[in-house]
Amino acid sequence: MPLLSVENVTLTFGGLTAIRDLSFQVHAGEIVGLIGPNGAGKTSIFNCITGFYQPASGQIVFDGRSVLGLRPHRRTELGMARTFQNLRLFPNLTAAENVMAGAHCRTRAGLFTSMLRTPAQRLEERQVREMALHWLEFVGLKDQANRFSKNLPYGAQRRLEIARAMASQPKLLLLDEPAAGLNPAEKESLMELIYKIREGGVTPLLIEHDMSLVMRICSRLVVLDHGEKIAEGDPESVRNNPRVIEAYLGKEEEGA
Amino acid sequence: MSQFLEQLLNALVIGSFYALVALGYSMVYGIIRLINFAHGDLYMLGAFFGYSALLLLGRISLGSGVTGVLLAMLIAMGMTGGLGVLVERVAYRPLRGAPRIIPLITALGMSLFLENAVMVFKPWGASFRVYPVTLGRAGFDLFGVHIGYAHLAIFAMALFLMVGLHLFVERSTYGKAMRAVAFDLEAAQLMGINANRMISLGFFLGSIMAAAAGVMAGLYYGQINFLMGFIVGLKAFTASVLGGIGNLPGAMVGGMLLGVLEVFGTSSVGGQWKDVFAFGALILILVFKPTGLLGERTAGRM
Amino acid sequence: MNTVNARSAGPDRGRLARTGGVVLLLAAAVALPFVSSSPYVLDIAIQMLFYMALALGLNVVVGYAGLLDLGYAAYFAVGAYTLGILTKTFQVNFWLALLAAGVFAMLLGSFIGMTVLRLRSDYLTMVTLGFGEIIRITANNLKITGGPTGIFGIMAPKVFGLSLGQPRNIYFVMLIVVVLSTIAMARLGNSRVGRAWACLREDQDAAEAMGINTLGYKLLAYLTGTFWGGLTGAFFAVKMTAVSPGSFSFMQSVTVLLAVVMGGMGSVPGVVLGGALVILLPEMLRAVSDWRYLVFGAALVLLMLFRPAGLWPARHAGKEEV
Repeated sequence: MPLLSVENVTLTFGGLTAIRDLSFQVHAGEIVGLIGPNGAGKTSIFNCITGFYQPASGQIVFDGRSVLGLRPHRRTELGMARTFQNLRLFPNLTAAENVMAGAHCRTRAGLFTSMLRTPAQRLEERQVREMALHWLEFVGLKDQANRFSKNLPYGAQRRLEIARAMASQPKLLLLDEPAAGLNPAEKESLMELIYKIREGGVTPLLIEHDMSLVMRICSRLVVLDHGEKIAEGDPESVRNNPRVIEAYLGKEEEGA
Repeated sequence: MSQFLEQLLNALVIGSFYALVALGYSMVYGIIRLINFAHGDLYMLGAFFGYSALLLLGRISLGSGVTGVLLAMLIAMGMTGGLGVLVERVAYRPLRGAPRIIPLITALGMSLFLENAVMVFKPWGASFRVYPVTLGRAGFDLFGVHIGYAHLAIFAMALFLMVGLHLFVERSTYGKAMRAVAFDLEAAQLMGINANRMISLGFFLGSIMAAAAGVMAGLYYGQINFLMGFIVGLKAFTASVLGGIGNLPGAMVGGMLLGVLEVFGTSSVGGQWKDVFAFGALILILVFKPTGLLGERTAGRM
Repeated sequence: MNTVNARSAGPDRGRLARTGGVVLLLAAAVALPFVSSSPYVLDIAIQMLFYMALALGLNVVVGYAGLLDLGYAAYFAVGAYTLGILTKTFQVNFWLALLAAGVFAMLLGSFIGMTVLRLRSDYLTMVTLGFGEIIRITANNLKITGGPTGIFGIMAPKVFGLSLGQPRNIYFVMLIVVVLSTIAMARLGNSRVGRAWACLREDQDAAEAMGINTLGYKLLAYLTGTFWGGLTGAFFAVKMTAVSPGSFSFMQSVTVLLAVVMGGMGSVPGVVLGGALVILLPEMLRAVSDWRYLVFGAALVLLMLFRPAGLWPARHAGKEEV
């Protein structure tokens, strides 16, 4: 059984079709990459999977159950986590607090226990803090725990977003252009991080523009163009697929 | 029947005030997604500028005729338009990109400031001011109802302004640029549109509509007060949500509809509930048709 | 006035100074009725305590969750009327009526909240404004609320043998309410719930993606705020022994909001300070009382332009601890 199954999904905005009849699957343990020129609908399908957009038709099955109609926070509870293309950290919270926020759906303390500061609430708060430090260490930011996320360097912010997502204990981690804006050294360590995440039992699904990175890291690629799937397969076969070449070459001049 | 007609005419006149003010709310919300809380007070200031203009024109014996009224209205529109642009420059522009609650609070502060500035300004003051010009009673009888030319003129003037604004926004280059900014501010800037100027233009147009409504309301009710914009602003907001916020024809329809609702609703449940009627309508729309009757037009993307 | 910032990692000296300050302030507050025999001073002090309590409640909505409520006086009114009607007309026990005041305000809040918060948060501003007017007009026109004259002759209850009809006693009761609220609100802000509010204030979509039920948390903030408003209103009815529609105008809501904004949105010590200032400053500027709301308006604009975090900023708006 696949971990994620996108079945015949179509997404429209007004009269515009952003995604047309798209199907693909992600199995636990693979690293799947979603690629395609700008405007191909990659982020849109992420938004469908995570619940920010409602597809006009089609089905999305995650971990054996349909998630259509569930609000995003419910899908996070079920085991999806995501990062954003344009970094959506909580700028005025510290790095540690950002990660602690990620653990929200795995913790319980409510209004009254927080006001009364019950022993259970204190214990949970301590555990969450430790857990946050663990994930900060995991991405190599442990010494930045008390800095506001807005004051971290760009590359660190990218990794912080991953730590925050990991804190929700996901089964599937959707990474939206994790390498964007990173220098070659940072890209190397990002790749290591993605491998490490998979070894921990979390399945990464990534959108990425950096072809060499995608070719090296992904076991399977799904190629989108104009909202439709034009190719799927291992990196080698995709690289030689004439439709893929055409899609990319056609867009090259626009700086894709 | 005759009472119905009389009520209807009242409803249309009051509704056209709401509609004119609603246009500004809707336009500003459509462009920068800000509830310009001070907008109702621009309506009030329009009425006061008109009041002073009529007094001054009266001194040079121009004040009481049609020419004088039109001239006073133009003066009020110009002054209020400038003030609306100034408010945006001072209180909203520096805060673009700040969390949404911040400009909302400055808008509230602006509203308090404008109201109380009028209150402490000696020639205007805290008490009701009687408008220098009263509407003539001349008119004609239709099905036993006396229909005043002046009331018809107010309604016609309101329609003229609304149609004019609509054409300007839909047809002119400036209007198109403004809509482009409303649709996507950044993209519009990339296309070489001066977004700040278009936003200023939006505030200017909204303010002159409010000012026109203010002067006409002064003529219609015969008296004005520094708090007159508070409730009207709230009702105009209701009207713009009713029609679909960001949607200019919607604001006009919403304003008229609210006028009709209020006049006929009040006559059935009693005058003391008049304002409850409008706010009840606002809550009902939000429950059943939050996008308004004609659909909202705002840019909203993830 | 509280220990909100006393975080586990905080340096000991700062903590000591803070604790000292809090103790001194509390001692001064307790001593006040014994030091000054002036009824005027005591009355001002009681008013300050009411505005502190209200500001602490509104701060949950405005400061923690980032939602603008312009009709907070409505919940204050509902609480006051509920207590007045229940204890006077129906002879209900004071404590029960007090609870009912909070709960009833909260029920109305949930109606408004569920209607509006699922749409756009900024619509809340206008809807609460309209709602505040509806409540006032309704109170003005219903029989059970006593129409424009309101309800008077509300019996002051005895709490632990002390009559709340005595200004000094109501002062101490309100002092306890404010101290307990301060502690509870500070803890709340610094918890999982407070963090969830901070997230949705900072970036709603990201908060939702982190598994935070943003609608649920907005509603929770709103209900907490309205409950506090209702409760404070009930005490207000006891203090005044009367309630009338005139006490719950839009300007009341604005004044509480100013307390929150001036003190610092989201900052518990800040809003307590703000609650005190919105009473003290106009008292000191009596000579120019006509200018009061002009100054309030200008203050709101200038604060947002130049000092949006307020006089005593919340930790999140201040400096980071490295």
